[in-house]
Amino acid sequence: MTSTTKVAHRYNGKRNRLDKPELLAPAGNLEKLKFAVHYGADAVYIGGQKYGLRSNADNFSFEEMKEGVEFAKKYGAKVFVATNIYAHNEDIAGLEEYLRELENAGIAAIIAADPIIIETAQRVAPKLEVHLSTQQSTMNWQAVKFWKDEGLPRVVLAREVSMGEIQEIKEHVDIEIEAFIHGAMCSSYSGRCVLSNHFTDRDSNRGGCCQSCRWKYDIYEDDIQMVGMDADKFTMGSKDLCMLESIPDLIDVGVDSFKIEGRMKSLHYVATVVNAYRQAIDSYMADPENYVLKQEWLDDIQKAANRPLNTGFFYDTPGSEDHIYTPEDKAAPYDFAGVVISYNESTGEAVVQQRNHFKPGQEVEFFGPNGTFFKQVVGEIKDEGGNVLDAARHPLQYIVIKTDGPVKPMDMMRKKVR
Amino acid sequence: MATKPELLIDAASLADMERLIAAGANAFVVGESRYGMRLPGEFDLPMIAEAVKLAHLHDVKVYAAVNNVMDNATVDTLPSYIRGLAQAGVDGIIFGDPAVLMVARIEAPGLKLHWNAEMTSTNYATANYWGRRGATRFILARELNMDQVLDAKANTELEVQVQVHGLTNIYHSKRPLVHNYFDHQAKDQPELSDIPIHGKIEDGLYLVETERPDERYPIYEDANGTHIMSSDDLCMIENLHELMEVNIDSFRIEGLLKSIAYNEAVVRAYRAAIDAYYADPEGYEFNEEWLDSIRELQDPSRELSYGFFYKEQVY
Repeated sequence: MTSTTKVAHRYNGKRNRLDKPELLAPAGNLEKLKFAVHYGADAVYIGGQKYGLRSNADNFSFEEMKEGVEFAKKYGAKVFVATNIYAHNEDIAGLEEYLRELENAGIAAIIAADPIIIETAQRVAPKLEVHLSTQQSTMNWQAVKFWKDEGLPRVVLAREVSMGEIQEIKEHVDIEIEAFIHGAMCSSYSGRCVLSNHFTDRDSNRGGCCQSCRWKYDIYEDDIQMVGMDADKFTMGSKDLCMLESIPDLIDVGVDSFKIEGRMKSLHYVATVVNAYRQAIDSYMADPENYVLKQEWLDDIQKAANRPLNTGFFYDTPGSEDHIYTPEDKAAPYDFAGVVISYNESTGEAVVQQRNHFKPGQEVEFFGPNGTFFKQVVGEIKDEGGNVLDAARHPLQYIVIKTDGPVKPMDMMRKKVR
Repeated sequence: MATKPELLIDAASLADMERLIAAGANAFVVGESRYGMRLPGEFDLPMIAEAVKLAHLHDVKVYAAVNNVMDNATVDTLPSYIRGLAQAGVDGIIFGDPAVLMVARIEAPGLKLHWNAEMTSTNYATANYWGRRGATRFILARELNMDQVLDAKANTELEVQVQVHGLTNIYHSKRPLVHNYFDHQAKDQPELSDIPIHGKIEDGLYLVETERPDERYPIYEDANGTHIMSSDDLCMIENLHELMEVNIDSFRIEGLLKSIAYNEAVVRAYRAAIDAYYADPEGYEFNEEWLDSIRELQDPSRELSYGFFYKEQVY
């Protein structure tokens, strides 16, 4: 068990954090895992072939898990596996073997909601830590204490708790607290929604969620539609969470792990979001008194965002401005265009693997971990054989491009789309 | 001869309780919205004591709903509330949050505990987990099919409670979604800000999804947030024998959003079916009149359905 937050009291009564919180990132596949770790995640969470809540995601085999664990180890990072379904009777068979395989693969922790999965893991795979999933919608210190007494080192709180409630929980119970700080949110209490079951016979609590909360509805009273036909329709759909501007508050109330949502999100999204939070956390911890939020971190987040952002329940109960009633503007203003494979210092040329169409004359940005960043206009591009190309149009093709500054392998290139 | 299953319903008032007892109910869920969820009426501690007195006169049980998603402020008042429930003489409390279990262990060690985590109470192994920690009853999620229900009964020592009639909750948010939506609309249609819209349960609001024009999903707000309910009413009376054959311990009727006359008719019908079965299990035959008596009072816009009992769900 890792130690929980160490805090000291300053003269003004504010708590002063002595150790850094963990930055925990989603990884939908092995490549995303590597980039999340490379861009600064202290831990990543992934899904296996069973017991996870993203049945549509590109989930990991045990072999891929082992490779991911080895890669993460080089950076001192950990790999967690989400086993967060609410099991039905028939799901229990095979659970013991699955959990033992996770332990053998070097997984550090599982994230579980169903107590039978928790108890089975404790019995058959004792080296796996068990973290209580947000699917339990844990809102109070007494419930957190229950899970601590049951031997759990960490609880992921409900997304409905406020800053003050988190602080109260930390004051009552010495346990690691993990909180979602960025990404899409269930607008219901997590786990307390079976809209998918009713609309499409897909079991939301076993990974079948079809996001019915983001559909459009009319609202009636006694056969009378309550708003005009042309008015925005009713929806439960929420804006996405973004707590980048509140890092000092989160650290101050004692959140131990900052969790980014999004096992279904793109490589570009994961790298960009991790990069911004990594810099903010490091900057605050280096000098809390003189910490200043940098506009470029916020700008970067916006380059990957595909929904408007808000602060969820941390400061207040969400109001009308926290939902998405008008048609969603889904496209992020930047597209992922390529990954740097190598760089030749003497020629100033990089080999970039194509991830999206780009061509000479387009404005692009190169970025890497720790905020390295520059903009340039794409000049001449060539294939590996030295043939000049009018555009990079083949997925995964290696393209030679002259860069305005030095780049490193795993740096990324994004292009402006509007 | 096996013992008859309990016939359990909620009640909005003591007067409703009397009518439902006369109709054949032999257990009730009551409570107050600070601690319980989606209740048709508020019963504070003195009223719960009255309800217990009334019920016990008729050999009827009273269970207190303490199944809310609890925040810190509520948890701080739980010890005195649970002591109050024990003193009122309730026959059990219904919980979902482990905080309630923690407090009940200390404040009311003899009190029976019914585990109900709504849609997440999905398997017997987890029910048995809560059983080892003090729960005495397993209240099944309504999203299970018949095989899973029968399997659950066969694999637990806990009492098993199954909902057999009425609507179910399909979505619960802490957000005031109805208020938020009308606030948004009022920005474009200022006349809407003059209409007093509270989204309260008695306002009778419902949602219609664009692709499903015939389905009406009731929606309301209270202190616990926004609740969306099923568009159909579960009705298992034709197939009740499948559940009686395995001696399910408690049949739950959900009375929320229904008139007392409707709930009376439903209780009478299920009472007749249960009594007929246990009088002569071998010769039991379903009587169509039982279902007709419910159909007569059924809202025509709401289908009577088998819920998920005979459905296959994918994921």
